[in-house]
Amino acid sequence: MSWILATPLIVPFVTAVLAFLLRDRPAARWISLGGCVALLLSALVLIQAVLSQGVIAAQMGGWPAPFGITLVADLLSAVMVLITAIIAVAVAGYALADADADMERLGYHALFNVLIAGVVGAFVTGDLFNLYVWFEVMLISSFGLLVLGGRAEQIDGGVKYVALNLVSTIMFLSGVGLLYGMTGTLNLADLSVAVKTSDPALLTVVAMLFMIAFGVKAAVFPLFFWLPASYHTPAFAVSAVFAGLLTKVGVYALIRMFTLVFDHDTGFTHTILLWVAGLTMLTGVLGAAAQSDIRKILSFHIVSQIGYMIMGLALLTPLAMVGAVFYLVHHIVVKANLFLIAGVAERLTGSTELSRIGGLYKSAPLLAVLFVIPAFSLAGFPPLSGFWAKFLLVKAALDIEGWVIAAVALIVGLLTIYSMTKIWAAAFWEPHPEGIDPALTRLEPRTRAALLWPVAGLAALTLLIGVMPEPFVAFAERSSAQLLNPEAYIAAVLGAGS
Amino acid sequence: METLLALTIGSVIAAAVYLMLAGHMLRFIFGLVLISNAANLTIFLSGRLTEGAPPLIPEGADAPVGPVANALPQALVLTAIVIGFGLFAFAIVLVFRAWTELGTLEADEMRVAEPEPAAPGEDAAR
Repeated sequence: MSWILATPLIVPFVTAVLAFLLRDRPAARWISLGGCVALLLSALVLIQAVLSQGVIAAQMGGWPAPFGITLVADLLSAVMVLITAIIAVAVAGYALADADADMERLGYHALFNVLIAGVVGAFVTGDLFNLYVWFEVMLISSFGLLVLGGRAEQIDGGVKYVALNLVSTIMFLSGVGLLYGMTGTLNLADLSVAVKTSDPALLTVVAMLFMIAFGVKAAVFPLFFWLPASYHTPAFAVSAVFAGLLTKVGVYALIRMFTLVFDHDTGFTHTILLWVAGLTMLTGVLGAAAQSDIRKILSFHIVSQIGYMIMGLALLTPLAMVGAVFYLVHHIVVKANLFLIAGVAERLTGSTELSRIGGLYKSAPLLAVLFVIPAFSLAGFPPLSGFWAKFLLVKAALDIEGWVIAAVALIVGLLTIYSMTKIWAAAFWEPHPEGIDPALTRLEPRTRAALLWPVAGLAALTLLIGVMPEPFVAFAERSSAQLLNPEAYIAAVLGAGS
Repeated sequence: METLLALTIGSVIAAAVYLMLAGHMLRFIFGLVLISNAANLTIFLSGRLTEGAPPLIPEGADAPVGPVANALPQALVLTAIVIGFGLFAFAIVLVFRAWTELGTLEADEMRVAEPEPAAPGEDAAR
């Protein structure tokens, strides 16, 4: 039992150590890819176990909960680990061609695998202080990845990223301290029980500390400024994994804490979350409209899409939670893929600045098709995955007569189409301003394969979720039921030790 | 003792926020060091203060005798200090590198990654 939960953590750490020792050799990139495939297999075993046995928990070191550190996986954790592993495989494959020799010598593959370990750890831990430690693992490796290469632009973006994320970390730590002072426990399941007897006013204050701390990580309004300042600066293989996974760890932490622990005064906390969701969607999409660089546009769209997930959490109806879980999975795949595609476009045309590129539709029709799938999924076109995600959330909002938030969600979808059309028109439709013919054949065959297979794989996944959404929605329904009725989660953690 | 420590935490946070809002990266780092110590003190304080009773188990016994200090917050603070040390080491090197690379540490002048638009309305014309 405990091995099923611990393997997805051990695999990336072992991979990181091996990749670091062999960082001067080409073998490191294959070790990294192999490690990510092994992670994918262990994630499949984990999700299989959770599907057949329900919530599973393991006490590390044999200390019974709530005294030891608990690893626990419900359906949400398991699917997040799986999707992390999928993104890891895609990005490790892409990095075969995208990570240059300097980055590899400085330990790109090792840092990448430590980052994945941190993300997986945050998803499977059942202990609040342990969550803080995983956040730090994730943070320090993301710092390293962000400034790898050391261009002035990266350093500038890095300073802002580091500064704001450290502030959020300290908020998180203070919240942990206060919550421990109030309840005397840090085990999430135990906390869920213990807060029932705490002073609700004080609990709301602590809930706000956590909302701000995780809100910075998730890049919600008005705490998102570090994201558009830094995500367009590092290598594409780095920014894709950032865009896909990092903010979603913040969203996951918000969902976990505000369904399991802070559900004492939903009228107050979740109303704030609803306002945050609406404003996040709007500011993100309007910010994107003002940008003219592909990666900057996509960065602002991360912010606006985070708003949808927070909206699902804020509405807190069963259907809304289904939408939030579905949206999380759909968004990670789509967003990482769009950043990878931006990387291919940059290689072919020499820039990501829309006024300086073009001609991709004529010269590289395959890339055009691969771009259309995630781009229009992001905007919510049927029959792609984004349509079902948005449909579920808007339906959930209409069901409880949340007309305003439903209207905001629809308008933001419309404005997303504007941004995607802007990229399509400038990068794909118009001829290249310098008359370059950006055909895919300009890349070496091996580079081309390494860059395009991950993109094609993720696009196929988007298409698969879109064409046959039933199993995915059914999964999200079960996951939503678990989140809204955490009895199984609590029993799995506290019952397992006794 | 609790009141005194609470007041200390409050003043340290006030000083830290003042430093962090100064708009200069070096002062920001100093503020960050201060505020992280305040967070550590918060954890320490929330474990309740016990004077002169270290959590030691006498020889031959399985548990400490009588009321002793809570050891868990001390372990948490220790972990947080170690992690914080690593992060600040990185942050200080990064800020130094920013100074050599960008030639300034004034937050308002660090615009390499996000250059200001050449002319207002330029993007709107697209």
